[in-house]
Amino acid sequence: MARIIVVTSGKGGVGKTTTSASIAMGLARRGHRTAVIDFDVGLRNLDLVMGCERRVVYDFVNVINQEANLNQALIRDKREDNLFILPASQTRDKEALTKEGVGRVLDELAQSFDYVVCDSPAGIEHGATMAMYYADDAIVVTNPEVSSVRDSDRMLGILASKSRRAERGDEPIREYLLLSRYSPERVARGEMLSVDDVKDILALDLLGVIPESQSVLSASNAGVPVILDEASDAGRAYADLVGRYLGEDLPHRFLEAQKKGLLSRLFGG
Amino acid sequence: MIELKAGNFTLPVMRLLGTDLDGLGEELAAKVEAGAGFFQHAPVVIDLSSLPEDSGEVPFPLLVGLMRGHGMIPVGVRGGNPAQHEAAAAMELAVLADPRRSQSRPRTVPRSVPPAATHTGPGRLLTHPIRSGQRVYARGGDLVVMAAVSSGAEILADGHIHVYAPLRGRALAGVKGDATARIFCRDLQAELVSVAGYYRISENIGADLRGRAVQVFLEGRELRMQTL
Ligand SMILES: Nc1ncnc2c1ncn2[C@@H]1O[C@H](COP(=O)(O)OP(=O)(O)OP(=O)(O)O)[C@@H](O)[C@H]1O
Ligand SMILES: [Mg+2]
Repeated sequence: MARIIVVTSGKGGVGKTTTSASIAMGLARRGHRTAVIDFDVGLRNLDLVMGCERRVVYDFVNVINQEANLNQALIRDKREDNLFILPASQTRDKEALTKEGVGRVLDELAQSFDYVVCDSPAGIEHGATMAMYYADDAIVVTNPEVSSVRDSDRMLGILASKSRRAERGDEPIREYLLLSRYSPERVARGEMLSVDDVKDILALDLLGVIPESQSVLSASNAGVPVILDEASDAGRAYADLVGRYLGEDLPHRFLEAQKKGLLSRLFGG
Repeated sequence: MIELKAGNFTLPVMRLLGTDLDGLGEELAAKVEAGAGFFQHAPVVIDLSSLPEDSGEVPFPLLVGLMRGHGMIPVGVRGGNPAQHEAAAAMELAVLADPRRSQSRPRTVPRSVPPAATHTGPGRLLTHPIRSGQRVYARGGDLVVMAAVSSGAEILADGHIHVYAPLRGRALAGVKGDATARIFCRDLQAELVSVAGYYRISENIGADLRGRAVQVFLEGRELRMQTL
């Protein structure tokens, strides 16, 4: 039985798709059979970040509507045999995701995978509620700003009440906080909330802190999950995060502003 | 000593169109300003007959608190259903007969008020955070919260409220009118505190109380706040 992980946020553009791609790749590289599903129907972009946009034939909605079976729609990653992508449709509207249909697809995936990662659209609209409904674990992606933290808090409330686990009275969804686009320099200048501020407001386990990094954009432009960029801060932070999710006790890195040397200050390194 | 007689009065009526009171404070302020003193100490009747059938419970404690805060004296309700009348009576509002509606429309079954926990025991204990958008009501007793109450969350109790973590949202004790109810919290950062309908919003909570352990209680008609 797979564990179903939803990557969600209240506010848009905080790094959910980036995170879904890297976590899925990280789990697969550690030998776990992993599927990652794009729930952002109408705004396809997980396939771009995963670099498989040119291999899409069928999509999630086709499978829900039984116009294709899962094996036809799942795209195997070219770099990692354990990793499969179920892309979103660009053309259908979000209502195509029915609770019954999503449940059927997840059930089928759960038979043969260890982890299913659900890349949710932002907010509390239909697509997002579908992505979280069947989840076992939720990774709430938050940027260190007041509005993002406030929205995450609201998401956590919804997670606690609007899921299959809540409806059945099962053990609640396990909730993890991921702080993304963290810039220690801006925190030091008081322009952003610090890790401690956010932890204090959300009262949640911190799964990881991903620094703001140019490498994220370059990686997604190249269709490579940034976790594969082992030279970058963000890539290493995602690798740590996957380890922590799997139960390893790893210290948080990249929380302090880099002391810049004279040269890098002169040349803006 | 006294003589009882019938008298006729014309009272201003405030027609309630919805139960979401988020914007009501500003709306009242504008109306009161436009009325230039007319509403100062004016008895006002709350008309419930225009509420949509499926609207939830009317948050009378908050409504009454808001009206009092703007100088009105809410005296009673008109229209509405039995559940609303019960809630109004709990706030010591009279239920006034509505001559136009002696032939009342078919009554819907009164919706059991707040969705979450109904509770009749000694009190209700919560150990998980109350998140923005969530609302918890301890009916018939006290509410004890061991985790943070987020800004945008609302906790209510018929009795006392205790919060042993930061209180950032709204807390309303004695919502059925119990003036002896109190709020105790370890770290006050609330958006609103209220006892029996007497409330104070964050703007009017002194900076010296913020972040402190505080109790909130009623003394006569005045809401008092004290560090513990
Ligand atoms: N750690 C980071 N450093 C710098 N840029 C980042 C980081 N994480 C994400 N971004 C950038 O932010 C933008 C939004 O990221 P992403 O698409 O992952 O967010 P999202 O939460 O999935 O958005 P949406 O709500 O639209 O689905 C992208 O341009 C991405 O490259
Ligand atoms: Mg996205």
